[in-house]
Amino acid sequence: MHPALSVILFTTLSGAGYGLLVWLGVSVALLNLRGQVLPALTGVQLAALALGLVLSTAGLLLSLGHLGKPLRSWRAFSQWRTSWLSREAVMAIATVLPALLVGALLWRGMPGPTATPLLAIAGIMLALFALATVACTAMIYASLKPIPAWRHPLVVPVYLLFALLTGLALLFALMLLMLGDQGPETMLLTLAVVACLLVALKWLYWYETDRDGLPGSRATAIGLPGREATVFERPHTEANYVTREMAFQVARTHARWLRIGASALVVGGPLLGYLLLAAGSPALALAAAAALMLAGAFVERWLFFAQARHVVTLYY
Amino acid sequence: MTALPTPSKVKLGLVIDLDTCVGCHACATSCKEWNAGGIAGPLTDENPYGKDPSGVWFNRVHSYEIAPTPACASQGSIAAEAAQPAMTLHFPRSCLHCETPACVTVCPTGASYKRAEDGIVLVDEDKCIGCKLCSWACPYGAREYSPVEGVMKKCTLCVDRIYNENLDESERQPACVQACPTKARHFGDLGDPESKVSKLVAERGGVALMPELGYNPVNRYLPPRPRRHGTGADESVAQGTVTTAASPLHWLGRLLKR
Repeated sequence: MHPALSVILFTTLSGAGYGLLVWLGVSVALLNLRGQVLPALTGVQLAALALGLVLSTAGLLLSLGHLGKPLRSWRAFSQWRTSWLSREAVMAIATVLPALLVGALLWRGMPGPTATPLLAIAGIMLALFALATVACTAMIYASLKPIPAWRHPLVVPVYLLFALLTGLALLFALMLLMLGDQGPETMLLTLAVVACLLVALKWLYWYETDRDGLPGSRATAIGLPGREATVFERPHTEANYVTREMAFQVARTHARWLRIGASALVVGGPLLGYLLLAAGSPALALAAAAALMLAGAFVERWLFFAQARHVVTLYY
Repeated sequence: MTALPTPSKVKLGLVIDLDTCVGCHACATSCKEWNAGGIAGPLTDENPYGKDPSGVWFNRVHSYEIAPTPACASQGSIAAEAAQPAMTLHFPRSCLHCETPACVTVCPTGASYKRAEDGIVLVDEDKCIGCKLCSWACPYGAREYSPVEGVMKKCTLCVDRIYNENLDESERQPACVQACPTKARHFGDLGDPESKVSKLVAERGGVALMPELGYNPVNRYLPPRPRRHGTGADESVAQGTVTTAASPLHWLGRLLKR
């Protein structure tokens, strides 16, 4: 599949934004359920909320670049009964509501005793809605039968894990930046463990999708099962929409190096963080780790598109 | 609405005879001609006289080389009865107007829809946002996006011809069907087992493309009729059992047989 820059930027950036919102919602909910209202945290919570909203909105706006008629995009909210893309759009907007509620309640400073359960509920809803938005994004791909690599059961978990990992890295960076020394070693260790898990899942995905290939053959595609068909003449001399969009190919050796590069960036993020920690700047260390992991997610997402083969290529 | 309607009794579609198709592209060009001005128009071409011409077409005619098979190679295929020689196969590819089209259900706007009355799959170009997801969902490559209009285009089964009372009744069929010089394309109701096209499919063993994907295409393709048994040397050539071809006596024998 053609790796469109707008879609790759959208899924990585808004993924990180929604991941950040998930962690924020979880932490707000947990703190308020335990009755611990820590005014010192309000600043970083608001900052996380703002960054999460900015990233997810920026991603959504970038995704409009993929549309032929962006001004009609409001229509995409209508078909949530059948379409995962429509569900994603609905969830993306729905996430804004608890996000604004959390923001308003936090903004009021010290929530009174009545506001605390409301904040907890808003936090839970924020986390669930943000998670659901990422899941809908992944399901857009996971529901497409003509692209077997995207039907793999690991597609949805990997999308969610990437969102959670990059979101967590951003939250840690914000905490160190605004709250001072909060134990950056533990943070980096957490990130490193999740990153290793994610990279392991990704290599399992790559191993299995490399092995499986396309279902069917050219023979069943042209209705002559059992016969062997080779292309004698293509239907058109130049590329057309179908070949440009669906028959994108990336060289095997290229792909291998990109896979290694993506893995190195994701796992290398926390490692670089450790090195920068030694240089004595915890906030910078976590920010660099987050940046590297986002870059890794970008490369991984490019490969996710570029290496996915569409059934229509059987005809060509 | 992108929810699929309850299956209609009428299932309009095409039956394409791969035995008689000669790959002349008349279906493709006549389709382009009609639909450039029809409800799906314009079918814009970019750079039509330049170096890399590109444009939307609803028919794409592929040509394949089919390898010969020995006798009884596989059950259920045309090769079941006799050895089949190598052949050229011309394969027109267009929308199959599936009974369960994923291109419709994935559409976020409701622009893609399947008509309840006759099963034709259409795009409402005034609602399409050009997200291209429907083209990803189609395994047959039937939909083509037009970057000039910013919307998705697809075969309409000439819905603006087949019901068009301004046309002579004989012309109320898709442009591709009417243009085909070898009568390889047939149009009709595949939901009615008594229709001409249904009988043709039953008689010739018409097949659906990639049924295992579960889209239930309505269109059917008629596989090439089994080629006749050759006699003598021809048959042995087809079966790959000729061992004496290098010998001049073999050719002498063949000459004397005539």
